[in-house]
Amino acid sequence: MFVISGMCRQVGVQEILAELIKSGQPSIEWDLSQPFGGGRTTGTPVSCWQPVELPLETIDTGDSGQLRVPLWLRPQLLIAILLAVWQVAIDRHPAQLLPGPMGVASGILDLMEHGLLLKYVVASLFRVTWGFGLAALLAIPLGLMLGWYRRGEMAIYPLVQVFRPISPLAWIPVAILWFGVGDMAAIFLIFVGCFFPLLLTAMSAVHGIPAVYFNAGRNFGLSSSAFVSRVLYPAVVPQLLTGLRITLGIAWLVVVAAEMISVNSGLGFLIVDARNAGNRYDLVVAGMVIIGVIGLLLDLAMRSLERVRSFHWSSSED
Amino acid sequence: MEFFGGLVSTAQPVVNAAGAGQKLRIQNLSMVFERDGESVSALEDINLDVSEGEFVCIVGPSGCGKSTLLNVLAGFLSSTKGSVTIDGEAVSGPDPRRILVFQERGVFPWLTVEGNIGFGLSKLPRAKREERIAHYVQTVRLQGFEKAYPSDLSGGMKQRLQVARALAVNPDILYLDEPFGALDSITRVIMRGELMRIWQTERRTILFVTHDIDEAVQMADRVVVLSSRPARIKDILTVDIPHPRNISSPRYLELRDELLKQIGLAYEI
Repeated sequence: MFVISGMCRQVGVQEILAELIKSGQPSIEWDLSQPFGGGRTTGTPVSCWQPVELPLETIDTGDSGQLRVPLWLRPQLLIAILLAVWQVAIDRHPAQLLPGPMGVASGILDLMEHGLLLKYVVASLFRVTWGFGLAALLAIPLGLMLGWYRRGEMAIYPLVQVFRPISPLAWIPVAILWFGVGDMAAIFLIFVGCFFPLLLTAMSAVHGIPAVYFNAGRNFGLSSSAFVSRVLYPAVVPQLLTGLRITLGIAWLVVVAAEMISVNSGLGFLIVDARNAGNRYDLVVAGMVIIGVIGLLLDLAMRSLERVRSFHWSSSED
Repeated sequence: MEFFGGLVSTAQPVVNAAGAGQKLRIQNLSMVFERDGESVSALEDINLDVSEGEFVCIVGPSGCGKSTLLNVLAGFLSSTKGSVTIDGEAVSGPDPRRILVFQERGVFPWLTVEGNIGFGLSKLPRAKREERIAHYVQTVRLQGFEKAYPSDLSGGMKQRLQVARALAVNPDILYLDEPFGALDSITRVIMRGELMRIWQTERRTILFVTHDIDEAVQMADRVVVLSSRPARIKDILTVDIPHPRNISSPRYLELRDELLKQIGLAYEI
C-alpha cells in the first residue's frame, strides 16, 4: 500500500505511478486529508524529488527465465558482439582489407611498449587544449558582447558567415606559411575550427535569454557588471556548455587532420607515419581506435559538467 | 543600501482627502507604440491615484494594455505623454523600491529558493541577509524547500517564491502582472488567500493586473476597469466588503455582476 500525499501530487506523480505499476503494487491510496501545496500549515513538507524507495525484490523480479541484460551493460555487450563479428569476418576472409581486433590490440600494446602511445596522446591533447582554450577565451566574450549589442552583430554577421563554411583544413597551407611546421600551426588550425562555432553559440545563447530575466535583473537595481555576472552569465551557461561540448568534438577532428600534415607527433601523425613507414595498418587502426576512445572520454567529461545542478536548467521548462 | 534608506524617508506620507497617505499618482498618461511606421495607441489619458497600503486591481479585456500600464508604472517603459509619480518623485526607470512580479518564469532557474529570495539583498551584510531570507521563506511557506531549485517546485510555489523575492527587498509598491494566470483554478484560489494574508501582515501598496473578475472582487479595495485598446479607464469600483470576504454574499455578487457588465460580458451562459 502506498500513500501519496497532497504535496507529492504536484511533482512527478507519473514517475511514482510508473514505479508502482512496474513493481506490481496492488493498490494506491490517495491521502486526501493532506492539503494541496499552498494550504499546508503544520509539519514538514514532503520532498518530492527524493526517489521513491521500493523494496529491492519488487524491482528485480522481472520475467524469470528470460535473458535480461542490465541497462548499463548493453553498449558494452554490443561492442563485444561487433568485435567478435569483425574478428570472425577477418579470419574467414584474410584479404588484407583491414587488420582484425586482435591485430589492432597487439598494435596498441606495441605502441605502449615503445612509450609512443602516451607521448602521442599527450601531444594531441596539448594542441587541442591550447587551440580550443584560446578559441573559447576569445569567442565566448566576443559572442556574448555581439549578442548583446545587436548593431555590432549586424555588422559582423556576414563576415562570420563567410569564414564559417571554410573548412579548417583549407587553412593548412596558410597556417604553415605563417607558423611553419610545428605545434603553432596545429594550434592555429584548431583555433580556427573552434572559433566560429563558439562565436555563433554565444551570440544565439544571448538571444535565447527570456526577456523576463532581464527585466527581473533590472528591477532589483543591478549594476552593469553585476548584471553580467548574476543574470547574463548564468542564463547562457547551459547553451554555452552544449556549444563547448560540440566544439570540443570539432577540435578533436581538426587536430588529427592538422597532425597529418604539419607536425611530427600526435595521433594524426601516428596514422600517416604508420602507413608511410611500412604499411602498418594495425597501427593505423589502433590510432583510429584511440582517437575514438579519447573523443568519447572528452564528451563524457563535458557531459558531466552539464549535469552540475546550477548549470543544468533549461529555459524550456515551465 | 540606498533603497532601504529611501524607504525610511517616505515614512511621513502626505495625507490626502481620503485620509490615507498618497502613494502613486498617474496623470494624463498616454502611450503610443511605433510599429512598422504605424502608431498604435496602447494607453489613453489614464488618471489614477493610489493610497498607501491600498490594494488596487486592474481588469480589462486581454490585450487591452494592462501589462503595458504596469510596465510603465514599474519604469520598464517610458510613457509618450503624462507622468507617473511615487511619493511625489517621477518614475524614470526600474527601481527596487517597486517590484514587478511576472506571470511566468520570473524566478531564476539557476538559483535555489534561498538564492532567489536573496537575489536583491547582495548589499546587506551576510547575517542580515540570511535572517531576511529565512523570514520570507516563512512568509510564503516554503520551509523545507530552501535548497530546492525552481524546477523542483510547482507553479504555485514558483509564484510564491517570486513574491518572496520581491518582498525581501522591502519595496513600497508591488506590481503583480497576472501572477496567478498560469496556475490551475484550485491553486489560484489558494494563492489568493495566501496573497491576502501576506498583504494584511505586510501592508504594501499593491497593483494587481488580472482578467479574472472573481480575483478582483475577492481581493481589491478598488477595481479599475479598462476599456479595450487603446485602454482608457472606464470605471473605478470600490469594493466595500470587509475581509475575509464571503463570496456568496449579495453584495459580493452584486459587485461581481456590475464588473461583468462593465467588461461587456453576459453573466448568463
